[in-house]
Amino acid sequence: MSEHACLRRREAGFPALLAAIHDPPARLHLRGSDDAGLLQEPAVAIVGARACSAYGRSVARSLARELAAAGLVVVSGMARGIDGEAHRGALEAGGMTLAVLGCGIDRDYPAAHAELARRICERGLVVSEYGAGVEPAPWRFPARNRIIAGLCRATVVVEARERSGALITADLALEEGRDVLAVPGEITSSLSAGTNALLKLGAAPVTCAADVLELYDLVATSPSAPALGPTAETLLAQLRDSPLTGDELVRASGIDPGESAAALTALELAGQVTVEDGVYRAAI
Amino acid sequence: MLARAVTHALVGLEPRRVEVEAHLQPGIPGFAIVGLADRACQEAKHRVRSGIVSASLEWPVNRRITVNLAPAALRKEGSGFDLPISLAVLGATRQLPPERLAEHAAVGELALDGRIRPVAGTLAVAEGARRAGFTHVVCAAESAPEAALAGIEPVPVRHLAEVVSYLRGEIAAPPYEPLPEEVSEESSPDLSDVRGQERARRALEIAAAGAHNLLLMGPPGTGKTMLARRLPGVLPALTRPEALEVTRIHSVAGTLPPGRALLSVPPFRAPHHGSSAPAIVGGGSTPRPGEVSLAHRGVLFLDELPEFPRSVLESLRQPLEDGVVLVARVGGHALFPARFQLVGTMNMCPCGARGDPAVECACTSQRLAAYREKLSRALLDRFDLAVAMPRPRASELAAPPAEPSANVRVRVLEARERLLVAVPRRTEPASELLSNAVDRLPLSGRGRARVARVARTIAVLAGSTAVEPGHVAEALSYRLPGELPA
Repeated sequence: MSEHACLRRREAGFPALLAAIHDPPARLHLRGSDDAGLLQEPAVAIVGARACSAYGRSVARSLARELAAAGLVVVSGMARGIDGEAHRGALEAGGMTLAVLGCGIDRDYPAAHAELARRICERGLVVSEYGAGVEPAPWRFPARNRIIAGLCRATVVVEARERSGALITADLALEEGRDVLAVPGEITSSLSAGTNALLKLGAAPVTCAADVLELYDLVATSPSAPALGPTAETLLAQLRDSPLTGDELVRASGIDPGESAAALTALELAGQVTVEDGVYRAAI
Repeated sequence: MLARAVTHALVGLEPRRVEVEAHLQPGIPGFAIVGLADRACQEAKHRVRSGIVSASLEWPVNRRITVNLAPAALRKEGSGFDLPISLAVLGATRQLPPERLAEHAAVGELALDGRIRPVAGTLAVAEGARRAGFTHVVCAAESAPEAALAGIEPVPVRHLAEVVSYLRGEIAAPPYEPLPEEVSEESSPDLSDVRGQERARRALEIAAAGAHNLLLMGPPGTGKTMLARRLPGVLPALTRPEALEVTRIHSVAGTLPPGRALLSVPPFRAPHHGSSAPAIVGGGSTPRPGEVSLAHRGVLFLDELPEFPRSVLESLRQPLEDGVVLVARVGGHALFPARFQLVGTMNMCPCGARGDPAVECACTSQRLAAYREKLSRALLDRFDLAVAMPRPRASELAAPPAEPSANVRVRVLEARERLLVAVPRRTEPASELLSNAVDRLPLSGRGRARVARVARTIAVLAGSTAVEPGHVAEALSYRLPGELPA
């Protein structure tokens, strides 16, 4: 679609779940693949803090990857941190993803995510209730969050501080009677205070992709984990205990640096570990 | 009365023949030097006069002395003209036989007491003299081993009086002691001093084997500099033509270490990030080699890459691409070789906590973006290997000494020899893995080419005849962090 298409609430094709919330947007502007049918697919929101930990990023990405691989549309806000990772995870799986903007449909906000937006548009959709040229403003983001929550049967909060925009999305989802799930975090980390509070209030904990998929009566795509060999198995077992740097892995496993580097890349490509700044983590 | 001595001026690294003519005529006493002589060259008047008098020779009285440096259009600079000027003056006064000056080129600075001091660029001057058909070059005793490298007979002299006696045929040429060309291995630091950092050591070995540029990323104090300094020690020694080339550059820049004639170990240059662009790439009103040329056939180490001014970093792109620096000036241009291996370091974030599994980074995304923004993608693209160097644990520092440089060097040499014989090609599954990774990571076109290059080096190091998927997988683990979405 060359110009940004627009979908009115009364039109066919406007997502039914979104139309059902108490203040649905009058219209949705669309940017991306020609396939607006994406809006009819079962969707899950993955949201969280912009300032997040490496753990949060890793979980958001691998969770999104699993859910997208199982056929769900991963919906998020294209913000920095958790949102961005959720989109990336879905793209990695070759799955569908949808970004909801809090600014005009033609804007890439934040600017650092322009490249991400381009990639989302290739296979997914970027939507906004605001037409071209609308500036991002603080009060537009909570409004954006109601669309994220409204599009999805369930909302997963990955990492959130005590007062985080992601909790607004969770509240909105609850008000509409949608499922809210949260990923448990370290109880000592302020970055997880919001999600841990949600759990205390009765949100369902997410410890694996299946926790989310069962709400949709889906089963995880048979773990396509190819046999990566004993080296990879040993390294993965080490990483399941704690995140480690490449050097620590070499020492802990006694595997030569070249061989372990090759095995870690294989694990990374298979989606079983994530790496950030030289620190390796086991994916969920 | 007229006499003529010959020396060479340097344009960049190239020697150009300069005839020093001295003419004496009766008249009001005076001493003039003409022929585009710079300040240091003009001041030669005072040194030459005092030197001649101190050597108990006769300064022509009641004579007007004109010294012409020909060709007059070539800019002359430096103090190396002192000796030829004084020889020309002494020849013109017939205190030495002028015809002897036709066999001897000369270069050197005069002290007020008549001693001869060494000057930068003696090797290049001696090479010029040899090409011009001279059999001998008169130079300071300290420069003699350097001049001898040019394949010409040096006449090492300590004092002007000694030169005159020699040219008069009163004494034989003083002997000179060639310096040992072999440098002891201890002079370069050893890899066994580096504790832990297994991945970075491995990356260093690959970089050495394939002459790849290397980016080390990690917080301060993790041994990035220490590791980089050990790279020349695992590189093959310079061949004689390479060594001559490197020595010539260092001779011109005046950075030859005392007591060393030929530089046979690849040079290591570590300019500070406050250095100006001309200091790094070369330049100046009379072009001089910069750090990139001083690192020719060796290692250029840029510590804290993002702290360098962007203009300086961007000016590195051309020498990285072409292996030469062309400094153009109104008066002509100079070409400096600059084929170096670049090793850069940077922190993973401004606060330095990234890369430490135990600490959370407190940098805002804006600060992080601003920090990484300082390096252009075009420059980052020149780094084939990037490796994270996390903060070491105490236990790591207490670890037993690791493999010494000598062992690593053997493997590097073997790999380089194998690479000369046959370049391994990728197997089908290896190509498949690479294509898969390009889609999945995603990797840019240049990133793909880099990974392919590194994988080839890894295969060669392993003694494999083909690039297997394992080699590609390892190469992928040294990709730039920017290819991971931040």
